[in-house]
Amino acid sequence: MARVWVYAEMSGGTVAPTTLELMTKARELGEVEAIALGAGSKSAAITLGKHGAKVVHVNEDSAFDDFVAEPATDALAALFKQQAPDLILFGFTPDSRDVAGRLAARIGAGVISNAGDVVAEGSGFLAKVQYFGGAKVASMRADGRPAIVLVRPKSFEASESGGTAEVRQLEVSIGDASRRSHITERVVEASEKVKLEDAKVVVGGGRGMGGPDNFVLLENLAHELGGAVGASRAVVDAGWVPYSMQVGQTGKSVRPGVYIAVGISGAMQHTVGMKASKVIIAINKDAEAPIMKMADLGVVGDALKIVPALTAAVKAKKA
Amino acid sequence: MGALKIVVTVKQVPDPNSTLALEADNSIARDKEVVLDPGDECGVEEGLQLKEAHGGEVILVCMGPERAKDAIRKGLSMGADRGVLISDPQLAGSDALLTARALAAAIRAENPDLVICGTESYDGSTGMVPPMLAELLGVPQLTVAKKVEVDGANLKIHRQTSDGYQVIESSMPALITVTAAIAEPRYASLKGIMAARSKEIKLVSLSDLGVERSESVETIQGMSDAESRKSGKVIEDDGSAVDQIVKMLSEAKVI
Repeated sequence: MARVWVYAEMSGGTVAPTTLELMTKARELGEVEAIALGAGSKSAAITLGKHGAKVVHVNEDSAFDDFVAEPATDALAALFKQQAPDLILFGFTPDSRDVAGRLAARIGAGVISNAGDVVAEGSGFLAKVQYFGGAKVASMRADGRPAIVLVRPKSFEASESGGTAEVRQLEVSIGDASRRSHITERVVEASEKVKLEDAKVVVGGGRGMGGPDNFVLLENLAHELGGAVGASRAVVDAGWVPYSMQVGQTGKSVRPGVYIAVGISGAMQHTVGMKASKVIIAINKDAEAPIMKMADLGVVGDALKIVPALTAAVKAKKA
Repeated sequence: MGALKIVVTVKQVPDPNSTLALEADNSIARDKEVVLDPGDECGVEEGLQLKEAHGGEVILVCMGPERAKDAIRKGLSMGADRGVLISDPQLAGSDALLTARALAAAIRAENPDLVICGTESYDGSTGMVPPMLAELLGVPQLTVAKKVEVDGANLKIHRQTSDGYQVIESSMPALITVTAAIAEPRYASLKGIMAARSKEIKLVSLSDLGVERSESVETIQGMSDAESRKSGKVIEDDGSAVDQIVKMLSEAKVI
């Protein structure tokens, strides 16, 4: 049975949702051990056990929270020396990418990054990777030992399998040489009412909204639906809304029950982050916009008129 | 510290605005329409702004076929000082690690204070080369920067996060990756374009760098079009659109 490691990304003392998605996949691929580093890693081991980890290697040293990538790389490399796995899974997130790249270079392992799926095939693993902003999917074989694969968030749905992990202390000494890139402050700018990644309904806005002031129309609609507002790269680059709202290749991936794309043309850059939504509704002036070809319902019309009317109709329906 | 020696890594990629063409061997038809990676343009711009503020030199390091000179030339016309192109038939189909090893060897020869990379390339989007480079160069990495400040030998960035930003500080030498939000790339002036023609682009091979080719352990088995969703119903808004959307929202059980 393949030995699979999952790098458990810790965020604010708890395990990141994308790690639990990875765990759910990992247990199909072999015997799973997770590595959780930094504050909260011991209690994270309980959650990781419920999601299928047989063993969780932990270390609560604050260096893992305070310094970028290098302490975690040291820990993984130390563990790797003791017992090499066949596959190491990371989330395709900024924090995990920092660690995965450094680890791969240190131990000389090949990496498959930005994968949407990974399956066992023969003695190796096969990963599905999107290219060119999501237009093409490559099937890539990883025959190296270990294979390192980074998987995009929201590629799988997390579920518990039940179970308790054995918790092992991961012994590693973190020298000064690994305490260089120092996180001195964490600033939260957006106090989202509903987290975009977790929202059941996402209302996405693009250039067709005409300007930043009109985004309030989308917020009103999202509020009535208990959802969150997302945006295309074009409007984020234009400075209309913050990056935290960006959905797409270089932004967040979402898979809500309903995605309402308003004034979004549907460039591949955007759709790769939302095409797994269960239902897509598009409102756009242009009947030929690519988004219309992937929407379950495409409405050709003036978003600035339709959205407020829709908000009122939803409100009336709820009342 | 006074003047800054800055290396910016640059890559030539298929024009994001053109139609893609893949060859039979799944390589990218880079002779079609190729451009300097838009993400790297932002890196070049940030490098130039730091040079303007602190003095120093901006060197562009690129790996690719000889025509990738055009991508370097674009950066030189924006104002970078000189370029290094790692070009070697043995690098065809190289994976991220071999790419990083080749780039690291070329960068090490320059001994820079600061290396600037894009967060990920437009075409590969693996985002793996920068952290690999940092490891191979033995320098700290400060990634996903939307703002960079240099103060003496110290570096401070604002790192974009999903709900705000982190302040990260480090000494130099260091490697940073930058987002598109870092700086609006300048247009090359006519003077800049003329000046770029006489700027040096040094061509180096793997053996010049003392790097041995390693076999890629990842192999592409096949390439297919991404699964597309079935198209649904498209209607003109004749006044009934809102009702139809509400109906669909009810069916999806979100209201």
